Amino acid sequence: MVSRQERQAVTERRREAMAVLAEAPGKTLIHLWQEARLPDDAVVLRGPETGLVTLRGRMGGGGAVFNFGEATVTRATVKLPSGTVGHAYALGRETQKVRIAAVIDALRQRPEFEAVIEEKILTPLRHRQAEADEARRAETAATRVDFFTMVRGED
Amino acid sequence: MYVAVKGGEAAIRNAHRLLADRRRGDRSVPALTLEQIAGQLSLAVDRVMAEGSLYDTGLAALAVKQARGDMIEAIFLLRAYRTTLPRFGYTRPVDTAAMRVERRVSATYKDLPGGQLLGPTFDYTHRLLDPELAEDQDPAVPEARAADDEAMPRVSDILAHEGLIEEDGSLPEDREPGDITREPPEFPMQRDLRLQALSRGDEGFLLALGYSTQRGFGRNHPFAGEIRIGAVEVEIDVPELDFPVTLGRIRVTECQMVNQFKGSMKVPPQFTRGYGLVFGQSERKAMAMALCDRALRAAELGEDITAPAQDEEFVISHCDNVQATGFVEHLKLPHYVDFQAELGLVRQMRREYEERRRAGDEATTSREAAE
Repeated sequence: MVSRQERQAVTERRREAMAVLAEAPGKTLIHLWQEARLPDDAVVLRGPETGLVTLRGRMGGGGAVFNFGEATVTRATVKLPSGTVGHAYALGRETQKVRIAAVIDALRQRPEFEAVIEEKILTPLRHRQAEADEARRAETAATRVDFFTMVRGED
Repeated sequence: MYVAVKGGEAAIRNAHRLLADRRRGDRSVPALTLEQIAGQLSLAVDRVMAEGSLYDTGLAALAVKQARGDMIEAIFLLRAYRTTLPRFGYTRPVDTAAMRVERRVSATYKDLPGGQLLGPTFDYTHRLLDPELAEDQDPAVPEARAADDEAMPRVSDILAHEGLIEEDGSLPEDREPGDITREPPEFPMQRDLRLQALSRGDEGFLLALGYSTQRGFGRNHPFAGEIRIGAVEVEIDVPELDFPVTLGRIRVTECQMVNQFKGSMKVPPQFTRGYGLVFGQSERKAMAMALCDRALRAAELGEDITAPAQDEEFVISHCDNVQATGFVEHLKLPHYVDFQAELGLVRQMRREYEERRRAGDEATTSREAAE
């Protein structure tokens, strides 16, 4: 019996992995996928197809919802010979990246592939993203204004 | 009335061929790549995305190239392209408080939590042309500094504690957010629809209207409470998965305008607010949007509507530069038959006028003769 907590943890790991794949640059993901030499025998059930999503914001940042524009999104759904289905969604129009991401999503639900994918694809992608984020944060931090006050006279 | 007239095919074909050649420019100079446009003219690309209302840097860069740098033409191209795509749905609202901030300034609080981060700004430059940029020189690598993990709350949340500022805007709970791309505009219009129209409205038009409020046409005493630029995560709920799917990140600019308000019959004295949220690094546009948003809330706040920036039908109906350019530029297309008809009408009116005048002259002459 799988407890509710365990199921939630599994879902959360999958959600996080899909987010890492969606945010990965296409070239990097394709390269890591090729290096990992995982089976590429999934059947495409849907797509990869590009469409639009309408982006939403909130008035004042936290108020009522409004639509403020659209973005291109590509999605794909694949099925492994074992029957496991994988999905992928990502901003942009990179169809090959999204098809591969869907295959990875399907494979990582299989216990025999989860560790390999974690080690050869997801960990390097997380590292890369964290490094890029940190570099940008540090560059931004260097433009922080350090106010100081000039005091004149004795009192 | 429209009548098909044949004969322009060869001229049109050759004109488009000539356009392609002129767009390419001197062929001994390397052609621009989309990476160069997206990377080095990134604010132009941002503007095309914002007013084209489609977030896709590659397509926006292509549009800028195809339009020879004509921004409104590029925006038009992007708008036309988006109509060819199927729609997958609406995202969850982006959380700008969780933004990966690249710039963040406040004109109202010097020492706000998270600090003032100037980022890659034109502010404080001397606006002197830099001859070095005419050469292909590598700029210095940016300075880096260890960043602390201080939270960066929105300025509006800081002021909210005192109760002297109105809350983030609300609409009825059960209201499904309106979508101007799906339903024809009706006035009076709810604020969600206005914000959508403003977010993709023409920067120049909104800038001029915002400026007009500062000059006294619907004055609303603004302060730039906060401007922040950075990446926000986009999530969507899809039927096949029981958790929100992350689509990736987009860069947006958010402006919280804080406006002094002396109160009205409806509302006690307090700070009111205008809001701007725009694709890309689009600071001027986000500020102009926030000024216009506030001005357009005049009726809601019980203010007199006296100025163009407060007139929602005027502002919303004219802020879309694709609609505006379509209607203005159609004037140069053949109107030969229309004009022939008008010419006939004017000739007839002129004939009647001359006849009336002659008749008047004769009447005057005969009256004078009688006297």
